[in-house]
Amino acid sequence: MSSAPTFEAAPGGRAPVARLPRLLDGVPAQGAMSLRTHLNTHGELPLPGRRDRRGPDALIDQIEQAGLSGRGGASFPMARKMRAVSGARGKPIVVVNATEGEPASLKDRTLLETLPHLVLDGAVLAARAIGAEEVILCVCESAGAGLERCAQAQSERSRLGNEWPRVVLTAAPEGYIIGHESALVSHLNGKPAKPTFSPPMLFERGVRRRPTLVNNAETLAHVALIARHGPRWFRELGIAGQPGSTLVTLSGPVAYPGVYEIEYGASLTSLLEAAGGTTAASRAALFGGYAGGWVDGHLLSGVALSDEHLAPHGVSLGAGVVLLLSESACPVAEIVRVARWLARQSAGQCGPCVHGLDSIAGTLEQLADGTRDRHYSQRLAELVALTAKRGACSHPDGAVRFVTSALRVFEHELADHARHGPCDACASSREMPLPARASRARAA
Amino acid sequence: MAERLRVNPIACEAHGMCAELLPEMISLDEWGYPIIDEHPIPPELAELARRAAQACPTFALLIQRDRPRG
Repeated sequence: MSSAPTFEAAPGGRAPVARLPRLLDGVPAQGAMSLRTHLNTHGELPLPGRRDRRGPDALIDQIEQAGLSGRGGASFPMARKMRAVSGARGKPIVVVNATEGEPASLKDRTLLETLPHLVLDGAVLAARAIGAEEVILCVCESAGAGLERCAQAQSERSRLGNEWPRVVLTAAPEGYIIGHESALVSHLNGKPAKPTFSPPMLFERGVRRRPTLVNNAETLAHVALIARHGPRWFRELGIAGQPGSTLVTLSGPVAYPGVYEIEYGASLTSLLEAAGGTTAASRAALFGGYAGGWVDGHLLSGVALSDEHLAPHGVSLGAGVVLLLSESACPVAEIVRVARWLARQSAGQCGPCVHGLDSIAGTLEQLADGTRDRHYSQRLAELVALTAKRGACSHPDGAVRFVTSALRVFEHELADHARHGPCDACASSREMPLPARASRARAA
Repeated sequence: MAERLRVNPIACEAHGMCAELLPEMISLDEWGYPIIDEHPIPPELAELARRAAQACPTFALLIQRDRPRG
């Protein structure tokens, strides 16, 4: 993955739906939006004044009414998470998870590099609402530009004189597993960046044994706008079950791949139009990320982008990844590469994840080579059952979800490879992005 | 409130003691890691479950009370 932001504005500046963009309003083509432009675009930071009789936690009510859910992949209701943390004993800490280890996602990187003030606003507002006195913003080591621009943004904000609580910027080690919040918290506690067993839950005991609110960067950017415009405004876009807008990273055979803001429930077709249309036919699309699932190409014209609409296809929007796989790629080769990569991302702590994901990848590799006997689907089903839901974190579950949906959608291609060995496209098929260096979860 | 078996998969090192002591509720997978019955522990097995948990060399077998929802 290149470190340069690949954000592309919709050609002609035409948003796919009226009243969008929200987060991406005025997003600069280069560099970060300055504090002055940010405040001109969105208005002052709405901090409760002295005469405001509502407490700082009034924001939690607003977030609840808005129906904001987490944008890191799990879609957990934000207000419920905030209440759990503020109800726990002790002064809480807010952690902004902008590590974005998901290879096909660029949204958090885009936010930090172009709109750092939105994320910082949201982090500070959320921290005040739950009574936290510290915010830790974690960016991946490789995303140096995002870290730099957040530091710049912070020095701009210091002139405002109301920056409380303080925001500490940290570089987190490269990796996929660190996206799991307990792994990030473990790293912040000076321990290996690996998931931990719960209980204790992070909202009870996280960073430095304090109640800890871990949020995805985009979730907090939405908080910055909900605090300014209110829940009714937020719900003007989206659908009842999933209100508002969300960032989507679109990749594959389209004219302008990149990060787009859509309203929940928008059609995939409208997103593709905004991206300048497709440049080749798609065999299938991956939704949610590498812990997500596939939908067959000829179902795509009827797909709408919300969890409710995607559920019948067995997938969800997850971290907002939409990846189109072109007809010229070999899905078997792609799946094998990603399955092996996912196996390597295991933190190596839980037996069923270590052995299960390795055996799944190995079976798929044999299948793709044509060296596996006909009983591969039975064996894979067995391995999937032995691997899912048996780790301390959801990594094995996500990897298994990815493989299971691939077995369904690419059934014929898999059977074909099992019978005849590699196809012509196998050797050159490299459409699905993977980090250049094999990044493993590693000890701090 | 019901009690259930739970494995701490990080702590578990596949010693397999639990499956020997409580085969009614625990079997081992092909790599030696326990597959546990997630139903509430029946009263007649409660004592055996407790012994299996105590016998685990890495304290990876846990008996947990259902958490109140909310």
